[in-house]
Amino acid sequence: MAFTARTAFRSFLVLALAALTVLLAGCNRTDNVAAPSFRGLDLTGAPYGRDFRLTDPEGRERALGDYKGKAVLMYFGFTQCPDVCPTALIRAAEVKKLLGADGEKLQVIFITIDPERDTPEVIKAYTAAFDPSFIGLYGDAKRTRETADEFKAYYKAVPTGGSYTMDHSALSYAFDPQGRLRLALRHEQTADDYAHDIRQLLAGK
Amino acid sequence: MKRFALTLAALAFAAGAHAQVTVKDPWVRATVPQQKATGAFMQLTATKEARLVSAASPVAGVVEIHEMAMVDNVMKMRALPSGLELPAGKAVDLKPGGYHVMLMDLKGQVKEGDVVPVTLVVEGKDGKKETLEIKATARPLNTAAKTDPSQGGAHGAMKH
Repeated sequence: MAFTARTAFRSFLVLALAALTVLLAGCNRTDNVAAPSFRGLDLTGAPYGRDFRLTDPEGRERALGDYKGKAVLMYFGFTQCPDVCPTALIRAAEVKKLLGADGEKLQVIFITIDPERDTPEVIKAYTAAFDPSFIGLYGDAKRTRETADEFKAYYKAVPTGGSYTMDHSALSYAFDPQGRLRLALRHEQTADDYAHDIRQLLAGK
Repeated sequence: MKRFALTLAALAFAAGAHAQVTVKDPWVRATVPQQKATGAFMQLTATKEARLVSAASPVAGVVEIHEMAMVDNVMKMRALPSGLELPAGKAVDLKPGGYHVMLMDLKGQVKEGDVVPVTLVVEGKDGKKETLEIKATARPLNTAAKTDPSQGGAHGAMKH
């Protein structure tokens, strides 16, 4: 009986020690803040999505390097889209607000995958309707396809009612202030999720 | 605004003597100049099982009933070939993240505050068609859906 009790006590000690070790290891990790916990898909180090070369509504050539020092949130869409594109840009405007003073350090970029209909004038007026700081970029058909391919983004024109609509990836890509692709955030995620991740990118994580 | 919409809905109801469908809170997303398409949103409730089969509007060359779906992070928008089902007594939301009336080939800019007439054609189970004339007010381009888009709107099956 006494032997059993002693064994049980010893087992308890071993377990308690093990638990303590785990706890301490956990604390350690928290102290080092080694791995940031993103709510979006972590694309850090991905061998794609390195850059783009597009045109802004003023006719200037634009590349990712132009936005260094700011976190970038980038979305592929088209202005004839009544649903997800406005929703994505409304969310982006909300994210900017959630960041408070750091909102100035966020550049939102809307890349049209329908350059045939999205003329510079349309893109400019469209992005400005959500936030005057948002920038719409475009390229010709070939450049648009190359850009989407570089980001593994999908789009396709689908005929409807004598016209066409566009199927397209609804992910938002986030870049850190060094211009490195870091995250893909999903359409279903909230402005809060987006702001959470962008705050970390701005903090150098 | 809401009461205004409700009044219009009531008018729409009164317009058809045997109207089976009520329309609540109809609105259109405003556009920027030269933008060729936008969406109309509303809530439809049919007293008897029916189907929204088509729509028309003087502001658009082509009007279709669309469904938006997210499939593997790709947004797909499609015309519903046999229209939108309206189950008896159940409110059906046409809102961002789900269904909308797609207004294409716009004849001009839809400005915030514009009143856009839309004609809805509803077919009952008996095959009888009725027409509803509604007036949807244009809300700003950056008008959000009332509910979180992550709720998936009218069709939760789209989530994965």
